[in-house]
Amino acid sequence: MIEIKDLHKSYKMGSNSLHVLKGINFTAEEGELVAIMGSSGSGKSTLLNILGMLDEADSGEYTLDGVPIKNLSETKAAQYRNKFLGFVFQSFNLINYKSALENVALPLYYQKVPRKERQEKALQYLERVGLKEWATHLPSELSGGQKQRVAIARAMAAEPKVLLADEPTGALDSTTSYEVMDLIQKINDEGNTILVVTHEEDIAHMCKRIVHLRDGVIVEDKKVKQVRASEYVQ
Amino acid sequence: MFSRDRWREILEVLTSNIGRTVLTAFGVCWGIFILIILLAAGKGFENGIRADFGDIATNTMFMWTRRTTKPYEGLPKDRSFEFKVSDVQAIWDNIPNLRFVSPRNQLGGFRGGGNVIRGIRVGAYNVYGDYPEIINQDPMTVTSGRFINQNDIEEKRKVAIIGQGVKSELYEKGEEVLGSYIKIQGVNFMVIGTYKKKNNDGDGEEAQKEIFVPFTSFSQAFNRGEDVGWMAITAHDGSSISQLKESIIDVMRERHKIHPEDKRAIGYFDLYEQFNRVESLFVGLKAIAYLVGIMVLLSGIIGVSNIMLIVVKERTKEIGIRRALGEQPWSIKKQILMESIFLTIISGMTGIIFGTLVIYGINALLDSVGPVDMFINPSVSVGVVTGALVILMVSGLLAGFIPANSAIRVRPIEALRTE
Repeated sequence: MIEIKDLHKSYKMGSNSLHVLKGINFTAEEGELVAIMGSSGSGKSTLLNILGMLDEADSGEYTLDGVPIKNLSETKAAQYRNKFLGFVFQSFNLINYKSALENVALPLYYQKVPRKERQEKALQYLERVGLKEWATHLPSELSGGQKQRVAIARAMAAEPKVLLADEPTGALDSTTSYEVMDLIQKINDEGNTILVVTHEEDIAHMCKRIVHLRDGVIVEDKKVKQVRASEYVQ
Repeated sequence: MFSRDRWREILEVLTSNIGRTVLTAFGVCWGIFILIILLAAGKGFENGIRADFGDIATNTMFMWTRRTTKPYEGLPKDRSFEFKVSDVQAIWDNIPNLRFVSPRNQLGGFRGGGNVIRGIRVGAYNVYGDYPEIINQDPMTVTSGRFINQNDIEEKRKVAIIGQGVKSELYEKGEEVLGSYIKIQGVNFMVIGTYKKKNNDGDGEEAQKEIFVPFTSFSQAFNRGEDVGWMAITAHDGSSISQLKESIIDVMRERHKIHPEDKRAIGYFDLYEQFNRVESLFVGLKAIAYLVGIMVLLSGIIGVSNIMLIVVKERTKEIGIRRALGEQPWSIKKQILMESIFLTIISGMTGIIFGTLVIYGINALLDSVGPVDMFINPSVSVGVVTGALVILMVSGLLAGFIPANSAIRVRPIEALRTE
């Protein structure tokens, strides 16, 4: 599903440049649930941004579901993001003047799905994250965990090939974190490929595979026995 | 493009900070208001001036004789001469594109001595000997009876058409006018019609106190023989009398043995030239109105542009999210542009409506206090309103252009990072 070869990325900071990714080689099969771990500054967010086509690598190859991702125009990148990728952010990034339903329907709107179908589908996904009754509420009326579930519903609504989660539990207490991870695991159980960036060990162990990054290189890549989050959820 | 969702979004964005939106809208509203008011005031002034010209066919010149100032072909200078009836035919024969050539004779003058008598009443009026065509050059409304016709000319009938002013001075109220007789310089004429002229300047009173009689009867009754006092000549709409007048005067010089260089022997008044001069004044007025209006509007537009920039800045993160979710750059650009155009047009419409109401009020006021000199019916045409809307549309587009570009210039990843 995801294949990257010898990926390099450096940022220019005035006169000196900062080499963030120093040759990353990484493959993820369909249906995998991968945790990307590392301390801050290890390059994990940069890697995720490049995978999310929000940023571009300086050199190296990136293939997503057989499609080479290179020299994309903004329009093309937007198209691919919409078609291939779902994003979940640490700070939820819901649009605050739109209701939960409208937020979930947004990627479908960009796919030019007709209004009615869009709403039905969005409601369906809200139901799956258990927030059907909250459809008309604004994000400001939801708790952190609910917001993140809306964000996950939004990411899933477009039926992406890969779900990218950047510290999805970073702003949540442990109980809600487990609820969110439970949801992510369930989505993964249905065969979706998911990449989770985190620096929390317990969250990482709820994935099936952990990739450790340090100073821009992968230092460890191991399969782990998945801890089901549902064990912690009442 | 005009989907329901887009409109909802536009309204959501514009109503999220109502106070700011209203203040911004006011700038544009005020600009278009000033433009409308200036144009209407200009139009009112124009209407006022035009009314002073009355209904007179403006493509007209008047021509009369004076004394020669140069000796020519053995004839001395200071010689006086008269136009003759045969000159009319000569003008028709030599000059193309003429519509009317009316020879005229005249008795009396402004508040001259009493020259018209009816019973025990006496009045002083201008009496004209005219052909039927004069009604096209100096329009009047025949209020009763009829105007001079060709038979009157041929049979030299002693008939007269009198103005409302003459009627009210020589007749009792309710008295039968048609068929009665008035004595003009000792000669009896039968009144066959009355007229009223549309005019609103200082000559209004005088214009209603004229008497028209057939040209031929006039000549016979008052011993004018073949003489013509003056002429009113109108050209067809396609050609201007100002260009024809030199050749007309040349024809007259030749026929009356006047030195070709003698500029002062024949006097004339070119109404068209005067009218054109005023016309160019109107053009200038309109240009100034547009200039000032658009300048004021421009500051409003800059206000809109500024606010849109701020809106874009505030929504940087949101735009980043949308782009991460896969919204195309041009779709974001379109959104910003439409917001800007929508805001401009709505506020512009408010300005137009407000301006129209004020004009309506001024008209109502003018109606109630009576006519004001040189200012009648200030108004804006549908064309001007359409034009204003087009200006608004274009300016909304221009106002949104910079903000829309700045919205998509920020890369999504940077947009997402902003708080």
